[in-house]
Amino acid sequence: MRVLAAMSGGVDSAVAAALAVEAGHDVVGVHMALSRNRDQFRTGSRGCCSIEDAGDARRAADVLGIPYYVWDLSERFEETVVADFLAEYEAGRTPNPCVRCNEHIKFEALLDKATALGFDAVATGHYARVVTHEAPDGTVARELHRSPNAEKDQSYVLAVMGPDRLARAMFPLGGFASKAEVRAEAERRGLSVSAKPDSYDICFVADGDTRGFLRDRLGSRPGEVVDTAGNVVGEHDGAYAYTVGQRKGLGLGRPAEDGRARYVVDVQTSSNTVVVGPAELLSVDRVAAEKAVWFEAPPLGTVEPGWLDDVEVQVRAHGTPVPARARAATAADGTPAIDVELTGRPLRGVAAGQSLVVYRGTHVLGQGTVARAWRD
Amino acid sequence: MTTPEAPAGAYLDHAATTPMSRAALEAYLAEAGRTGNASSLHSTGRAARRAVEESRESVAASLGARPSEVIFTAGGTEADNLAIKGIFWGRRRQDPRRTRVLVSAVEHHAVLDPAFWLAGHAGAEIVLLPVDGAGRLDLAALRAELVEHADEVALVSVMWANNEVGTLQPVRDVVRLAHQHGVPVHTDAVQAVGQVEVDFAASGVDAMTVTAHKLGGPIGVGALLARRDLPLEAVLHGGGQERGVRSGTLDVPAIRSFAVALAETVAARPERAPHLAALRDALVAGVRAADPQAVLRGPEPAEGDGLPGGAPARLPGNAHFTFPGAEGDSLLYLLDSAGVQASTGSACQAGVPQPSHVLLAMGVPELEARGALRFSLGATSTTGDVERLVAALPQVVERARAAGLVSGLVGAGGAA
Repeated sequence: MRVLAAMSGGVDSAVAAALAVEAGHDVVGVHMALSRNRDQFRTGSRGCCSIEDAGDARRAADVLGIPYYVWDLSERFEETVVADFLAEYEAGRTPNPCVRCNEHIKFEALLDKATALGFDAVATGHYARVVTHEAPDGTVARELHRSPNAEKDQSYVLAVMGPDRLARAMFPLGGFASKAEVRAEAERRGLSVSAKPDSYDICFVADGDTRGFLRDRLGSRPGEVVDTAGNVVGEHDGAYAYTVGQRKGLGLGRPAEDGRARYVVDVQTSSNTVVVGPAELLSVDRVAAEKAVWFEAPPLGTVEPGWLDDVEVQVRAHGTPVPARARAATAADGTPAIDVELTGRPLRGVAAGQSLVVYRGTHVLGQGTVARAWRD
Repeated sequence: MTTPEAPAGAYLDHAATTPMSRAALEAYLAEAGRTGNASSLHSTGRAARRAVEESRESVAASLGARPSEVIFTAGGTEADNLAIKGIFWGRRRQDPRRTRVLVSAVEHHAVLDPAFWLAGHAGAEIVLLPVDGAGRLDLAALRAELVEHADEVALVSVMWANNEVGTLQPVRDVVRLAHQHGVPVHTDAVQAVGQVEVDFAASGVDAMTVTAHKLGGPIGVGALLARRDLPLEAVLHGGGQERGVRSGTLDVPAIRSFAVALAETVAARPERAPHLAALRDALVAGVRAADPQAVLRGPEPAEGDGLPGGAPARLPGNAHFTFPGAEGDSLLYLLDSAGVQASTGSACQAGVPQPSHVLLAMGVPELEARGALRFSLGATSTTGDVERLVAALPQVVERARAAGLVSGLVGAGGAA
């Protein structure tokens, strides 16, 4: 196969490219330039988009003996990932930019261009497994599964791609049980990125200061922090910078009257108000998600018609999956949605905008974006 | 082992670098096996010095200059930096009002970047001289600038031939105008030497950049030819080996090899240039036949290209096209997979293709500028190279346009 290996400059994508080469594929390395401003993302190894990273990717491609190109996807990145990030926060929601990047950049802009240029697949260094089943009629079904490396598993941020894109995706690191193994593989092949630190945080928020980034881009909008009774308990610089479930950084001068910790329980951007309250207000057992994608025709459960009754849902990148039942639904605008009822313990602090992924065991069944969450 | 290895496939990127000639490689290896610092006074040093001075005489003879006018450098970029900064500082020291630096808008970054560095750090004012749609300097703009600000102009720098679109600049006219106002002229002749006749003295320029690796010599050596009466300050400080304006132990093997390659290429030019022009014409015709939407950028090839006594419009070995609806990096990748090596011709920042400032200065819209490809021919080019390109091109362009569509590269006319 002709495989395009997306190479960030990190160890994972370098080893993924190496494995694709060793599997006998005709591999070309591509580094995505996501910022036109040469210095904007330049903060050592913190993000994945600096000049140094582009150099590391090139070096790895040279070691592997594969062609290497830089594709400028900065405009698309700004128009989709960054714009969505700002719009979502501005609307009082909590976006996951890595999900949007997989949706719009890696498995759309990059994948579509690769397909047009004649590539059969895009390989990335994500930790997730593709399991294939051959049906009696010879057709091959592909399923997205969690990585055996629970700590690194990235199926959560990949689920958004849906089945059509999964058909053209390769995750060569899918079988790796630990990062140490990947580093050892890198070292064995003489890839100099073997000891490079992992990237964390949001790549376009170079210093890790999300609130500062939002203030720079959205402007300061001072407003009030109120408790659930409507009493003003503090001030803020912009309600958009708060997220439901947040406890730290509220800057409330006085303790609550009952002395208990206070959390953000609501972000009302229309009135620019942040509402704080006790932890129990954050507990939810019902979630409605929109913009749903299903990996198969919305699957049916057995206990109650229409409901998948033995699934788990996960609402954060490294969150714990909780038992639930889920069903395919239709949003008011006619687009696919997901209804979820938690069947075990409740979730705490589920903010609109977060990605919700439905699993059965390790198998990713579907994904949607949280529209609202409540206590039944 | 002294036979230079030809690049595999159809190598159509000689303007980036061209294979070393066998004689240049042999000269390099012979000198590299000898010890000697050309600044040492003992016999070993004297032998090295002799090799350098013979090379200097040879370089001067090849380019119509005097040996004392040859300042060896580590290549074209250093020579351009020395010219722009060195002349600016030298001229300003004579008269502090001279702060204006006039450069064509299509100069190489090795000229533009030192000029803009001077603007940011040394109080220079940069005037970008416009070009026409073919990339040729607007002489009226230069004249107007000189008439208005002659006393404030430190220097004019206009390249002999453009590295992207191959346009030859009216250097003699530039010299005539500038000298009327007592302003010195620098020209970057890196792409021109070996392709068209380049004579330092006859051109009248005060300083000229040349480099070895574009004409069959090694990478990492070049020269600034500078008239002795030109005010020129040092940029690299140290031992002062080259006329006190360029320091650093002289690279004897590279200098010797450079001189050999230069003499060879200048001697070969009368025969080689018409051959390159004919190949280039076949390439242009073939590309146009393969993709009728392709737009040749730079001047239309003229009868005079490469012919003795002709008045060439563009370098005989250069062809440059934009392919509407396609992106240069897609074209580059697809051609490379088909065994054809070309270039987008524009500067890359960390490998990120930027729309070429040359094309933009020529008035090419940004969207179209993104679909640029430069094909450049050299001593080892063959009809087979051109045929391979022309055969690969239809499918390459079709695929690149399909990719351009999904990349949102629309409106350029070709993709729809």
